[in-house]
Amino acid sequence: MFRFAITRLLQAVPVILVVISITFLLVHAAPGGPFSADKAVPPEVLKALEAQYNLDQPLWQQYMGYLGDVVRGDFGPSFKYPGRSVNELIASGLPATAELAFYAMLVALIIGASAGVFAAMRPNTMQDYLPMSAAMIGICMPSFLLGPLLVLIFGIHLEWVPVSGWGDAPGDKILPAITLGTGYAAYIARLSRGGMLEILSQDYIRTARAKGLSESLIITKHALRGGLIPVVAFLGPAFAGLVGGSFVVETIFQIPGLGRFYVQAAFNRDYTMILGTTIFFATLIIVFNLISDMIAIWLNPKLRQQGQGDN
Amino acid sequence: MALLEVNGLKVHFHTRDGLVKAVDDVSFSVDCGETLAIVGESGSGKSVTCYSLLDLLPKPPAKIEGGSALFDGVDLLTCDSTQMRSFRSNDIAMIFQDPMTSLNPFITIGEQLIEPLIYNPDKSRAQTRSAARLRAIELLDEVGIIDPEKRFDCYPHEFSGGMRQRVMIAMALINEPRLLICDEPTTALDVTIQAQILALIKKLQQKRNVAVIFISHDLGVVAGIADNVIVMCEGTVRETGDTEAIFYRTQNDYTKKLLAAIPEGAKVMPSRVQQDSPMIEVKNLKTYFRDYSKPLAGARSEKRYIKAVDDVSLHIQRGEILGLVGESGSGKSTLGRSILQLAPITEGSVHFSGTEISALSRHQLIPWRRKMQMIFQDPYASLNPRMTVYETLAEPLLYHGLANAKTINHQVQLLMDDVGLARANLRKYPHEFSGGQRQRIAIGRAIATKPELIIADEPVSALDVTIQAQVLDLILDLVERHNLTMLFISHDLSVVRYISDRVIVMNKGVIIETGETEALWASPQQPYTQQLLEAIPLADPKSERARLASAS
Repeated sequence: MFRFAITRLLQAVPVILVVISITFLLVHAAPGGPFSADKAVPPEVLKALEAQYNLDQPLWQQYMGYLGDVVRGDFGPSFKYPGRSVNELIASGLPATAELAFYAMLVALIIGASAGVFAAMRPNTMQDYLPMSAAMIGICMPSFLLGPLLVLIFGIHLEWVPVSGWGDAPGDKILPAITLGTGYAAYIARLSRGGMLEILSQDYIRTARAKGLSESLIITKHALRGGLIPVVAFLGPAFAGLVGGSFVVETIFQIPGLGRFYVQAAFNRDYTMILGTTIFFATLIIVFNLISDMIAIWLNPKLRQQGQGDN
Repeated sequence: MALLEVNGLKVHFHTRDGLVKAVDDVSFSVDCGETLAIVGESGSGKSVTCYSLLDLLPKPPAKIEGGSALFDGVDLLTCDSTQMRSFRSNDIAMIFQDPMTSLNPFITIGEQLIEPLIYNPDKSRAQTRSAARLRAIELLDEVGIIDPEKRFDCYPHEFSGGMRQRVMIAMALINEPRLLICDEPTTALDVTIQAQILALIKKLQQKRNVAVIFISHDLGVVAGIADNVIVMCEGTVRETGDTEAIFYRTQNDYTKKLLAAIPEGAKVMPSRVQQDSPMIEVKNLKTYFRDYSKPLAGARSEKRYIKAVDDVSLHIQRGEILGLVGESGSGKSTLGRSILQLAPITEGSVHFSGTEISALSRHQLIPWRRKMQMIFQDPYASLNPRMTVYETLAEPLLYHGLANAKTINHQVQLLMDDVGLARANLRKYPHEFSGGQRQRIAIGRAIATKPELIIADEPVSALDVTIQAQVLDLILDLVERHNLTMLFISHDLSVVRYISDRVIVMNKGVIIETGETEALWASPQQPYTQQLLEAIPLADPKSERARLASAS
């Protein structure tokens, strides 16, 4: 398992390098720059600014310099937030975003997996159709629609929870987590239904039934582990997606997270910020994929033992 | 009153294509210490009959339309689910066909074994985990698992097929049931393992005096183990009687047909071998596969490979039918594919009519491909489900330039005649045919290019015995008419004897013994060959019973 993890991390290095290179070339190829603004800036000021941020050097020198910084773990200074580094900005937004993503993932897993398992127990009956139709609606419903809708009902009309904020009032994390998690819950419901249906048709489920085990034991002990493997495989990319895709929800609920930096950076041509957040998300996706793959291996005794032989 | 009395059982399947009467008015009874065999071909309803007893059929589409199944006076068909769970746990156990898929791969076999004990719905009979463990280890020992205490914590994939079936048997017996239902328990196993498992079931039954219902398609297996037999076909019982009456004195036409279809005795067709004109010469052939479960570093390079074929030399004469016999994992299929250059050769050479085809490039091989064709085991998987029969048969003809737009229709029709299928079926898709008909299509595809050599890899082992006999006769007929040379790969020794001029016995990648078929049968030289030949079940109750008795 250890060897597997190391191999995969080493394989990630060229991937990150390609991500850096493409992003670097794209941001520099895009028209405009970090200091082009509506107001005309005196040429000498512009020159001084460019010199300060090394933008006057040839592109390849900038590229090499940037790579060197990244290797040392330094994403450089932000162009738009003077005096603050990209590292600081990411660090300031990450806790809220990570927490939001974690809650959203909990919502998605609990609602999604139980709906999927429930539906798979009686396929092609109302017990299947109802949760699956709800899942379909959940997938179709964009968060910029669901968020305000929830706010309207539970925040303004019923006054059960605060309408915005993050950690300021009790319960203000509930609506954002549900808004962000719903789409993923719906997807997980469909995945776990499929996985469970596949496992429930296996011969060994028939064996378990023939042994006189109760249906609930058959589901929880014999079917769940195999049936949720597709869900586990999805968790990695899903978690990375939650972290990266929280911009809309963060905006709706005024959460001081990472998403706004990401989007603003693109509008502002904040070169180092775009690169920094992109590399950060790419790494996150790779790491979470690796983790979910390792859990999937660990769940399968055959693969697990082969992995141990690898050590 | 007998332990189990089934009366007028009717099970229907309500499918989209209409009503299927899977079991139609079936009655039988079985008592303690008795073995009742239910014999039939696929679709006869033999498994559905038994599954309905334990309520294991998916409902819908299945529906029990009538009848009763009194077990100890209680009707299994109408009892509530709590009672059914208790029956499943304590009174009626089941062993399934495929031990590879019938055990949960995610749970240790020990845990699976003790489940009926620790989760017994009858609370007074439920045991603690530690007591259950001791009981399970004792049973594992009894069914012949070596070192049971250590093996208790192993996962199913750490056992071979035969060992898994032993675990299944232990699991079935763990609550000392009074009725044991065995659904084709040896069909997925090699012939030598089959003999061991049958002897084990017989021994355990006699010791415990349980009633056994033994479902099988194989009359040879049934002959030895059954006291009584019912023969089923298309959901109905065709004949019921004690084993000797069924095998020696049957009056029923269907039973007669079943018995006659078993390949028995020597090849009836004269040999067409042309001596000293080798078509295929294989020299020191090795085909190794990388074993990915072994680490790249650490192990010696030798150990990193699975030696599927290890230094095999053979030749096939023109006009010869060479039988290649071996158990699963013997490398017989890989050898066949390596000869056709369908599997990568690690070392050695293959000559076809004097040309070393193993040295040719992919492109250079194309004209040779026309001359050598293959028939695969599973006609359900080897035909493209999205191509009509016409497309399947026309493709090789057009690809090799053997037909043009004008002649293609006629040639495809002739092929259909050749393999005994109606021309009207040309526009149909594979799923519209039965297994036997599909194999005919696959054979038609193989002979389309007028090949000189055909490698047939278990061409009849997926087929029912009556269909198998027809397809074997078709193959013999085509070999004669089209002047073919054939390598016939099979695990079934009776089939190989029926069809081959000469036989090669393979085990673990190497050739064990070679000889003219009848000479080899009369006096096998190697212990492995002797063991294989002795394990063949014959459809003769007297000899089979004697053998089982001596084995157990």
